[in-house]
Amino acid sequence: MKPMSKIVRTVAASIGWFVFVFGIYVIVHGHLTPGGGFQGGAVMATGVALLIVAYGGWGAERCVGKERLPVFESAGLLTFIILAFGGACLGITFFFNFLANKGGLFGDKLPLGINPGIFNSAGVIPLMNMGVGMEVLAGISLILFAMFYGTKRVREGRCLVDNEEKEEDV
Amino acid sequence: MKLGVKIAIVLLLFSFLLMGLGFMHKYGVPLKSDMDDYFINHAQKETATNNVVTSIVFDYRGFDTLGEASVLFTAVLGVVMIFREAGKK
Repeated sequence: MKPMSKIVRTVAASIGWFVFVFGIYVIVHGHLTPGGGFQGGAVMATGVALLIVAYGGWGAERCVGKERLPVFESAGLLTFIILAFGGACLGITFFFNFLANKGGLFGDKLPLGINPGIFNSAGVIPLMNMGVGMEVLAGISLILFAMFYGTKRVREGRCLVDNEEKEEDV
Repeated sequence: MKLGVKIAIVLLLFSFLLMGLGFMHKYGVPLKSDMDDYFINHAQKETATNNVVTSIVFDYRGFDTLGEASVLFTAVLGVVMIFREAGKK
């Protein structure tokens, strides 16, 4: 996939940041507004897709850093699982919200009924949202990069050649 | 003759589907809603979350979300395995 024209690249460079910032907003405000980890991660992965389309796969890879993505994905899922085991380690239940209503990190009490929302509330839910958001962002970006490599290989016919060579060797 | 057997199997499965349709709940009559009432009344107090959907997804039904996240992880593993660069050893 070759980079597109200079117009497209400039527009992608200026709009891509807004996509990423909106994705971070959806992830971080998951406990106050509609959205959450999965949705925000998908939005940010859309930004990666925009970069791949505009800059070509190699340019986007230099921009994003493909070696970091598997680490990101595993770290997100591990954050989620460790937070889930936190309640069990305290002796209550699996997936118990052990930070809510306790004060401290994300532990403010919420007035009941209609309220504008307090960001520093909801216990482990925002942290879990961030973990899942990291995982979804890295996972979908990895799928996009993997498909980019696949299309390039298939178009050049390298896949078939490799198989034939292997058969001859055997 | 083979075609007749196939058509018979399809008709049998279709009749099972129609039977299941007969057992469906009547449209327009609400089911018992103890669980929803509990979530709506207690979610804001117990999890300090304004967004009840998120509190269900990440707190009450967190195990389901854990499965979802693992499914995504496994899907990514599979895609990367299929589309890996061939010949790289």
